[in-house]
Amino acid sequence: MRYLDEFNDPVLARSLIEQIAAAATRPWAIMEVCGGQTHSIIRNGIDQLLTDQIELIHGPGCPVCVTPLEMIDRALAIAARPNVIFTSFGDMLRVPGSRDDLFSVKARGGDVRIVYSPLDAVALAHEHPDKEVVFFGVGFETTAPANAMAVFQARQRGLVNFSMLVSHVLVPQAIEALMTSPTSRVNGFLAAGHVCSVMGTAQYRPLAERHHVPIVVTGFEPLDVLDGIRRCVLQLEAGRAEVENAYPRAVSDEGNVHAQQMLATVFEQCDRQWRGIGMIPQSGWRLTPEFAAFDAERRFDVGELTVSEPERCRAGDVLQGVLKPDECECFATECTPRTPMGATMVSSEGACAAYYQYRRLDPPKVARRG
Amino acid sequence: MGHGGGGQMSAELIQHLFLPAFGAAASSATPSDSHVLTLANGQRLAFSTDTYVVHPLFFPGGNIGELAVYGTVNDLAMSGAVPLALSTGFVLEEGLEMDVLGRIATAMGAAATTAGVQLVTGDTKVVERGHGDGVYINTAGIGLVPEGVDIRPERARPGDVVIVSGEIGLHGIAVLSLREGLEFGTELRSDTAPLNHLVAAMLVVCSDIHVLRDPTRGGLAASLCEIAETAQVGIEYDERSLPVPEAVRAACGFLGLDPIHVANEGKLVAFVAPEHAESVLAAMVATDLGRGAVVIGRVVEEHRGFVVARTRLGSTRIVDRPLGEQLPRIC
Repeated sequence: MRYLDEFNDPVLARSLIEQIAAAATRPWAIMEVCGGQTHSIIRNGIDQLLTDQIELIHGPGCPVCVTPLEMIDRALAIAARPNVIFTSFGDMLRVPGSRDDLFSVKARGGDVRIVYSPLDAVALAHEHPDKEVVFFGVGFETTAPANAMAVFQARQRGLVNFSMLVSHVLVPQAIEALMTSPTSRVNGFLAAGHVCSVMGTAQYRPLAERHHVPIVVTGFEPLDVLDGIRRCVLQLEAGRAEVENAYPRAVSDEGNVHAQQMLATVFEQCDRQWRGIGMIPQSGWRLTPEFAAFDAERRFDVGELTVSEPERCRAGDVLQGVLKPDECECFATECTPRTPMGATMVSSEGACAAYYQYRRLDPPKVARRG
Repeated sequence: MGHGGGGQMSAELIQHLFLPAFGAAASSATPSDSHVLTLANGQRLAFSTDTYVVHPLFFPGGNIGELAVYGTVNDLAMSGAVPLALSTGFVLEEGLEMDVLGRIATAMGAAATTAGVQLVTGDTKVVERGHGDGVYINTAGIGLVPEGVDIRPERARPGDVVIVSGEIGLHGIAVLSLREGLEFGTELRSDTAPLNHLVAAMLVVCSDIHVLRDPTRGGLAASLCEIAETAQVGIEYDERSLPVPEAVRAACGFLGLDPIHVANEGKLVAFVAPEHAESVLAAMVATDLGRGAVVIGRVVEEHRGFVVARTRLGSTRIVDRPLGEQLPRIC
């Protein structure tokens, strides 16, 4: 099948794996930014097929995982209200807040609904004028244009009962934060292909230059990931630090200009807390003052929120690539998808979930790095 | 409640709530879709029940009435039983159109005839508007297990060959596409079908089939995981050998779902000793419902209690049953 089979071809994969092994003369640590890539890597065992010289470090690109706890608690408080239809992508429902998750709110009778598009939430608002319909606007630059469009359309249609709880995050600022962190071991990046399909590649050039780090825009199928790694290794071995596009079937240099215009109309940049990581300056989007009436944070006063994370959860270290999921002492013992300590164990893009789902049979590695 | 998806949460509800609460009264219950009782004359009677909560009531390739008949017929057939009779229980929501109920009932009659079972007793209740989803149906059924036949998950053993009767994922994606208004090129039809005739054809060539399962909610993964856990064996299969239709792959690729987790309504997975694999497969392929049957894997000594897939690239990964409902992801 087009776009599935040819990017899964075992013979081509073997050839790329051999090229990477032949090119790598010393150890390199490469971070795949996006959680979708992490899952592709672990599900297909790509890291196990690579030469020992290449270490893949899993990055913070799991929007569900980095959504601040305070925002999750706010969502839970809003969703529990009697007159609210709370809509979200399915991923968010199992993310643990301080006490419970959206599934628990739904199980207790809250009207929490999974939608496939924020525009479905707008349609719900139209169908239920007597209810407040709230959409949980989470994600990186990938999901932001549709969310912006939903708010824009809600205003056009004069819907006063629609609002969005916005918790958008941005990739370039996260890369900047990682590269300036004293614990960073990253030599090169696989940038998130779908983010770049919206935003283009220009944003990454200053980062590559400033930190002298290759950034390869990479897709998600096994061959995409392998080609991204190969190009990254070739740059590293040659001492180059360029932005390279290994995902041209989806990404152009300028990105999706229409989407960017919609984003600029509806959102403005702001400081954002990242769960497990902390505040990263100018790393988020919020609604502009013009669209503030659609901001669920303003519309629903949920009072003071006191947030608390489980003390032993090391999701933050996992998100920053400092710790591999199976090196955490709670991995697959106290912390499982049924009893998650952190969002990284429940999100379909979380690194802990990927390790649990696909390789919890491997011997535990807790002792390896203390 | 988040316990309806056929995943780990349903299994835990049975284990941690129902069985302890039922106590001694459930001491002979089996963790299976049907239970086999031995009568005084030595005959063995399979007994099964299932409740059908489906939205929408009509979908491409089937409807709730057909599902309710075939589902219980299939649960009985998975113990090797020849289904004899079914009961039908209806919970109707006030305001349900008689025409809709009539179409469902007609479909049930036709389905029972196709499967060769009698609908012998029933019950109807009406609930207030807003307290039901149009119609819920419960069916229970009995069937006779032929002499010498002993089919249950505990009998999976290392060396067994794992056979799937045809393309997977059709029912789940057909219902999901309709429910969510998604289209994936060609229209997908549910594979709803009675499996008892297929099982009968398999038993003709080999009465010693070890395990049969119809992978409904939770998909093939849920069935394989349950068998691996119950029999404490490892199961291994090759991802490339899974019969996944193009449209299901496209839909799954689009939604971020794994076809191995998607529901089927007219497929079975069989575990047979290696010396019988060839004849059983040939018997399956000779039937309409088993035409697409293929060997997907085998039972191994290693990783007991776990299912492991060999990927297209040659690496291996664990396969889990889905946890609760399958959730489409953000990006």
